[in-house]
Amino acid sequence: MAHEPDAAHDEHAHHPTAKTYLWTALFLTIVTIVEISAYYIKPWEQSAIYVPSMIFMSAVKFGVVCAVYMHLKYDHKLFRNLFVGPLMIALVTCVGLLFLFGKVGINLGITG
Amino acid sequence: MSATALEPTTTGHAEHGHHHTSTGLDNRKIAIWAFIGSECMLFVSLISTYLIYKGKSRVGPYPHEAWTDPATGETFKAILNIPVTSFSTFVLLMSSLAMVLAHNAVVNRHVKRTTFFSRLEGNSFFWLVSTALLGIVFLMCQAYEFTAFVNEGLGLTTNLFSSSFFVLTGFHGAHVTAGVLWLFTLASIDKKRGLRTDEALNVDLCALYWHFVDVVWIAIFVLLYLIK
Amino acid sequence: MATTAAQPTYAPAASTSSYSGEKTGVWSWITTTDHKRIGVLYLFTSLFFFIFGGLEAAVIRAQLAAPNQTLVSAELYNQLFTMHGTTMVFLAIMPLSAAFFNFLIPLQIGARDVAFPRLNAFSYWVYLFGGIFITLPIFAGIAPNGGWFGYAPITTMAYNPGLNIDFWVLGLQILGISSLAAGFNFITTIINMRAPGMHLMRMPMFTWMSFVVQFLVVLAFPVITVALVFLQFDRFFGTNFYTLTAGADPLLWQHLFWIFGHPEVYILILPAFGLVSEVLPTFSRKPLFGYAVMVYSGILIGFLGFGVWAHHMFSVGMGPIADTVFSLTTLLIAIPTGVKIFNWMSTMWGGKLQFTASMCFAVGLVAMFTIGGLSGVTHASPPTDLQQTDTYYVVAHFHYVLFGGSIMGIFAGIYHYFPKMFGKMMNETLGKWHFWINMIGMNLTFGPMHLSGLLGMPRRIYTYDANQGWDLFNMMSTVGTGIIIVATLIFLYNFFTSLKSGPRAGRDPWGASTLEWSIPSPPPEYNFAVLPNVTSRYPLWDVTDGHDLSREHHEGHENRDDKVPTARELGIPMPSNTFKPVMAALGLCIMLGGMTLKHVNFYAFFIVVSGGAATLVISLYAWLTTPLEESH
Repeated sequence: MAHEPDAAHDEHAHHPTAKTYLWTALFLTIVTIVEISAYYIKPWEQSAIYVPSMIFMSAVKFGVVCAVYMHLKYDHKLFRNLFVGPLMIALVTCVGLLFLFGKVGINLGITG
Repeated sequence: MSATALEPTTTGHAEHGHHHTSTGLDNRKIAIWAFIGSECMLFVSLISTYLIYKGKSRVGPYPHEAWTDPATGETFKAILNIPVTSFSTFVLLMSSLAMVLAHNAVVNRHVKRTTFFSRLEGNSFFWLVSTALLGIVFLMCQAYEFTAFVNEGLGLTTNLFSSSFFVLTGFHGAHVTAGVLWLFTLASIDKKRGLRTDEALNVDLCALYWHFVDVVWIAIFVLLYLIK
Repeated sequence: MATTAAQPTYAPAASTSSYSGEKTGVWSWITTTDHKRIGVLYLFTSLFFFIFGGLEAAVIRAQLAAPNQTLVSAELYNQLFTMHGTTMVFLAIMPLSAAFFNFLIPLQIGARDVAFPRLNAFSYWVYLFGGIFITLPIFAGIAPNGGWFGYAPITTMAYNPGLNIDFWVLGLQILGISSLAAGFNFITTIINMRAPGMHLMRMPMFTWMSFVVQFLVVLAFPVITVALVFLQFDRFFGTNFYTLTAGADPLLWQHLFWIFGHPEVYILILPAFGLVSEVLPTFSRKPLFGYAVMVYSGILIGFLGFGVWAHHMFSVGMGPIADTVFSLTTLLIAIPTGVKIFNWMSTMWGGKLQFTASMCFAVGLVAMFTIGGLSGVTHASPPTDLQQTDTYYVVAHFHYVLFGGSIMGIFAGIYHYFPKMFGKMMNETLGKWHFWINMIGMNLTFGPMHLSGLLGMPRRIYTYDANQGWDLFNMMSTVGTGIIIVATLIFLYNFFTSLKSGPRAGRDPWGASTLEWSIPSPPPEYNFAVLPNVTSRYPLWDVTDGHDLSREHHEGHENRDDKVPTARELGIPMPSNTFKPVMAALGLCIMLGGMTLKHVNFYAFFIVVSGGAATLVISLYAWLTTPLEESH
C-alpha cells in the first residue's frame, strides 16, 4: 500500500526518558524561581529590562513545555506546523491589538 | 498511451482497527493539535483584553497598588497575592511533570520493574491521580484567591480589572476543571482494567490538553501577576 | 482513448427507491453519520434559510421602494436587516458551503467518510437547532435588532434591555460551536484520510480552498466567541467589558468582532471560489490554469485575511499609522485575489467552452466578483472609504461579492453536483433562465446602490425623505428584488421537480476529472468499493499525451438494473447510525438557549439550563463510550 513514509513507528524512537522529564521539571522550577525573585528585586523590577526579561523567561518556559512535555521536538513535523501557524497568528493579533489600543508604541517621529 | 491515473488498491478488508491514513498518525492527535491552535486564539483574545484594560479602571481595587475610595475614604490594598499565586503556579508546573510521567508509564508497560523507584515510575495510576490532585490543589488556590478578592472588595462587576481578570482566570480554571475530570476518568479506567501501551494515545491526548492549559497559565502568571 | 483502470463492478445506477440505497426512512436520516446524507441535510436546511433571509430582504426593499413609507416600523426594520444579515451569513451561505464540504471532501480525496462521523452529525444538528433558536424570535417581534455585527455598546443592556440581543448572542455561540466542530473534523480529514497517491498538491481545488477555510474557522471563531462572552457576561452578570461609564473602550467590540469578521468573509467566498475552480476546467475541457499558484494564493488570502480587519473601522479615528498599515495590507490582499481571476480567465482561454447552467454561474461569479472586488479596492483607501463607509456603496460592494460571488458560486456547485448527489439531472433550460433572470435582477438591485451610496444614502435607515437623488435608485433596487424572486422561484421549481422526476444521471454526466465522478450517482454508502491509488491531479482525464479530453456522456449507457453492492457485501465496516449526536446537540442548544430565560423567570432558567446540561453530559458520555462501528 503506497503512501507517505510511515512516521508512526518513528514517533517514539527518541522518546525522552523519565530522567529527561525530571531534569526539565527542575529547569522549569529554576526559571520560575528566577521570575518570582525578579518581582521582588526592586532595581530589576523597576528597570526598563524587566518586562522584556519576564516575557523572555516565560517564552523559554513555554517553548520547553511544548518541545519536551508536549513532545513537539520528538514528534512528526506536522504537529509542530499545526501549532506554530496558529500561534504566530495569535501573537500577531495580540501585538496588533496592543498597538491599536496604545499599550505599546514605537517612536517614529511622526506627530498627529 | 500513458499510465492510467486511477488504479484500485487494496480491498476494503484491511480496514479493521487501523484505517489507512495519509500520515501514519492518529486522527485524534491531529484533531487535538488543531484544537490547541484554536485555543491559542481564544486565550490570546482574553489576555489581550486584560492588557488593553490594564490601568484603565476608573475605580479600584487595583492589582498592584493600594486605592482609597474617594467616596467613602475606605482603603483597599493591592489585590493580587503573589506568594499564594507563586505557590499555585509551582503546583501546576509539577502537575505537568506528573502528567508526562503518567504517559511515560503507560508507554513503557513492557519494562521490567524491580526497584522501588522504577516501580513508582511505572505506576500510571499514581501519576494520573497525582496530576488530578495537583490540579485540584491549583483550583483550590484559585477558589481561595477569588473568595479573598471578593472579601477585599473586588467582585466580578467592580471594575474593568475585575471583569477581565475573573473572566480570563475563570475560563482558565474551567479548562483545568475539565482536565481534572478527564484525568479521573482515565485513572478509573486504569484502575479497573489497566491502560495498555497501545492505548497510550488516550493518555497522550489528555496530556497535550493538560500541558497546554499549564502553558497558558505560564503566560497569565507573568502578564497578570508579575508585570505591574 | 484513455481508460480508467479496471473499475470494480459497480452497476452505476443506484437503486431507485432510496437515496444511496442503504437505509430508508426518516429515522435513518435523523440518526445518519454518513457525510453524504449530512451534506444533503445541510443543503435543504440552508436553502430554506436562504429563502427566509431573502424574504426578509424583500420586506426591506418593499419598505424602501419609495420615500417615507410606513410598511414597517423602525424597530421592525432594525430586526429585519439584522436577521437578513445574520441569516444569510450564518444560516445560509456558511451552511451551503458546509453542504459541499460534507458531501464532496471525502469523495474528492478518495476517503470513505470524514475523520469523526458522529461529530459531523453533531455539527449539523447544532446548526439546525441553533438556526431555529435564532429565527423564531422574529415571529414574536423580539428578533435581534443590533445589526448582524452587533456593535457594543448599543447591544448592551443599557441601550438594548429586551431579549432581542440575548437571542443573538446565544444563537451565535451555538452556531459557532457547530462550525468549530466541523473545522476540526475537516482539517483532520483532509490531512489524514487522503487516498494513496493523493498528495496535497494533487487535491482538487475545492478541497484545497475548503482546507484553508477550516483553518480560518478554527482561528477566527474563538475571537468572536470571546467578544460574545464579554457581551453575554455584561448582559447577564453585570461585568464591565462594554460599559462606557466604567471606562470601557467603545472600540473593543469592534476590534474583536472584525478580527473574526474579516476572516469570516473569506470563509464565505473561498468555498465558492473552489466550486468555480471545479466547474470552469470541466466545461473548458482544460486543466485549471496555474494550479499551484491558485493553491498558494488561496493560502495567502487566508493568512493575510487576519491582518486586514481594521479596514472596517477607518472612520473611528484610529490614527494615521493604523489607517496606513491596514490600508496597505488590504491593498496587498487584492493581489492574490486578482491572480485567481486571471487564472480562471486563462483556464477558459483556448478551451472548448460548454455553457451549461453551472458554467454560466461560474463565469458569472468571475464577472460579478470582479465588480465587487473593484468597489472593495476603493474601500481600501481610508480617504475614499470615509465617504463610502456606512453608505449604500458598501451595501453594493458586499452584495456583489456575496450574492454575485458566494451565492452564484454555490449555484454553480448545485447545478454541477446535483446529478452526483441525487442521481438525477436538473433541467438545463430552466437553469439558464434562472441564471439570466438572476443576473438581471441582481445587477438591477445592487448596481444602483453604488450611486445612491455615493450620493450619501446612509445604511440601516428605515425610511428616507424624497428629492435627495435616491428615489429612482431605490425603486430600481426594489424592482430588481422582485426579479431575483422570480429567478429563485424558477430555481426552486427546477430543483424540486428534478429531484422528483429528473432524468437519470450517470456516473460522470459532465465528463469531469476528479475522483467523485468515478463512482455511481448517487454514491453508495461506502463511496469507493476499492480505495483508489491516485497518480495525477485529474484522475479521470488523461492529460499527458494530448488526447481529446471530451468524453461521451454516460447517462443512459449503464445498466440500470444491476444492484450496487452494499457495504456489508463488500466487507467494508461503516459507522453505525446513532441518535447520540442529535441528543447532545439538543442538550447543548437547550442549555445555551435556555439562558435567555434568566431575564424572564429564574426558576424556569435554572430548570431548563440544568436539563440541557444534563442531557448534554449524558449523551456525550454515551457517545464517547460507544465504538464508532458495528462489531465486525
